[in-house]
Amino acid sequence: MAFNIYDFTTLTKSIHEGLSSQLSPTATLAIEWTIVGLAYLLFVALFGLFLVYAERKVCAAFQQRMGPMRVGPWGLLQTIADFIKLLMKELITPRDADKFLYNLAPFIVIIVSFLVISVIPFAPGLSTFDFDIGIFFVTAVSSVGVIGILLAGWSSNNKYSLIGAMRSGAQIVSYELSVGLSLITMIILAETMQISGIVEGQREMWFIFKGHIPAVIAFLVFIIAGTAETNRGPFDLAEAESELTAGFHTEYSGIKFAFFFLAEYINLFIVAAMATTVFLGGWMPLHFGDFEGFNQIMDLIPGLFWFFFKVLGVIFLMMWFKWTFPRLRVDQILNLEWKYLLPINLFNILLMAAVVLFGLHF
Amino acid sequence: MKSIISYITEILKGVWTLLTGMKVTAKYFFTPWKHVTQQYPENRLTLKIADRFRGEVIMPHNENNEHKCTGCGICEINCPNGSIEIITKTLMTDEGKKKRAIDQHIYHLGMCTFCNLCVKACPTGAIVMGQKFEHAVWDRSKLTKVLNQPGSKIMEGVKD
Repeated sequence: MAFNIYDFTTLTKSIHEGLSSQLSPTATLAIEWTIVGLAYLLFVALFGLFLVYAERKVCAAFQQRMGPMRVGPWGLLQTIADFIKLLMKELITPRDADKFLYNLAPFIVIIVSFLVISVIPFAPGLSTFDFDIGIFFVTAVSSVGVIGILLAGWSSNNKYSLIGAMRSGAQIVSYELSVGLSLITMIILAETMQISGIVEGQREMWFIFKGHIPAVIAFLVFIIAGTAETNRGPFDLAEAESELTAGFHTEYSGIKFAFFFLAEYINLFIVAAMATTVFLGGWMPLHFGDFEGFNQIMDLIPGLFWFFFKVLGVIFLMMWFKWTFPRLRVDQILNLEWKYLLPINLFNILLMAAVVLFGLHF
Repeated sequence: MKSIISYITEILKGVWTLLTGMKVTAKYFFTPWKHVTQQYPENRLTLKIADRFRGEVIMPHNENNEHKCTGCGICEINCPNGSIEIITKTLMTDEGKKKRAIDQHIYHLGMCTFCNLCVKACPTGAIVMGQKFEHAVWDRSKLTKVLNQPGSKIMEGVKD
C-alpha cells in the first residue's frame, strides 16, 4: 500500500484497487463507505474531545486561570472523563414532551454537521465529496441545522427551550445571509464554486492576500457571521446561561445532550475549516511570489499539517473573541446584522467585482 | 453625506474598542506565569496567605506565656452571633484588692462569621485574626476552642 503524506490520492487509489480486485463492485463500495464513515466518526469524536479541552484551557488562560489540571497530566484526560460521565447518565424525557421530535432533534443537528464536514478537503486527495457546487452545498446544508434546534426547543415543552430556539432561529436565519454573501464575494475572485477548484486557485497566493482589501473585509464578516451561526459567544444568547439556563437543550441529558455539545464544536471546526479553505488557501502551503527557496521550504511541510495549523489558528481567533466580548442582546444582534454587516457585505461584493473586473488583484 | 461619515466613524470606533478589549485578553493569554490560580495542596509549604485574611480569632501570647486580655467581655457583647463566651475569675492583688481576670476565653469557630467586630472592639488588642484556614475536623466539639493558653496570665502594665 503506497503511502505518501504529501498526496493521499495514491493511498485511496491503492485501497480502491486492492478491494475491487478481490470483491464485486457493490461490496467494494459498501466497504469503502464504511471505512469513510468510521474515519469521520473517529475524527469527529477525537477532534471534538480535543476542542472541548482546548476551549477550556484557552478560556482559562484568557481569564488568568489554569483550567483543568487534575485528571491526567495538565488535565489532558478531563474531557474523556466528562464524555464517559455523559455516556452513563440517564436519558430523561419530559412528561409532556413531543416524544418523536424530542428524540429526533439531536440527530438532525449532528447529521447536518457530518454532512458539511464531508466536503472539506483535509489534504490533497483527502476529501469525500467534490461537487461542482461545493460552497453552495455547504451553505444550503448548514442552514438545515436550525431545524434541529427549533425542533429541540419546541418539543421540549419548556419555555426556556422555546425562547432559546426562537432566538437561535432569528439569529441563524439573519446571519445565513452574511455568510452566503461573504462566500459569494470570494467566489467572484475564485471563479468557481467547486471546493477543490478554490483550493487549487490558491496555489500561488492565498485569496486573502490575492483579493487584498475586499477579501480581508469578507474574511472578517465571515468570521463574525460564522461565529453567530454556530451559536457561540458573544452571540450565544440562544443558550444564555444567566437567562435561559441552557436554551434549547435545557431538557436534554446524557448522550443526547452530548450530541448537541459535540455538534456545536464540529460546527466551530466547520466554520474554521471553511474560512481556511476559502480565504487561507486550504491545505496549500504559504507561498510568496518569487522567493523560490522560501516556497520550497514551505512545500516540505505536508498539506495536512498546513490545513490543521490554519484551522487551529482560526479556532483560536474565535475563542479569543468569545472569551473577550460580552454577550449581545437580541436587538443588538439583529442591528449588527441588518444595519452593519449586510450593507458592508453588499458594498464589498461591488468592490470585489470591480477589483476582479479591472484586474486590480495580485 | 454627514450621516454616512458618522456611520463609518461609528464602525471604526466600535472596531477600535473591540480591539482594545482583545489586547487586554491577549496580554493575559501570553503571560501565563502571571496567572492567579494556585495549585493548593501542592504549594502548601510555600503558600503565602495575605495578612488581612481572616482565618480564625487567635490570642497572641508572648514567650512568658502572657497575653493582653483583661476579661472585660466587650468582645462577647460585640459578637453578633454569640461565638465568644468569657469566663472570668477574681484574683487578689498584692495590696489586697480584688481584681477581675480571664479564666477561659471560649471561641466557637463553627459559629464565627469572621466579621472582625471583636478584634475591632477589643480595648487592649488582645485578640487578632490569624491566617490559618485549614479548620476541617472530624468532631464538631473540636471547633470550640479556648483561646488563652493554660497557666497564662495577663501581661504587666495592661489595664482596662
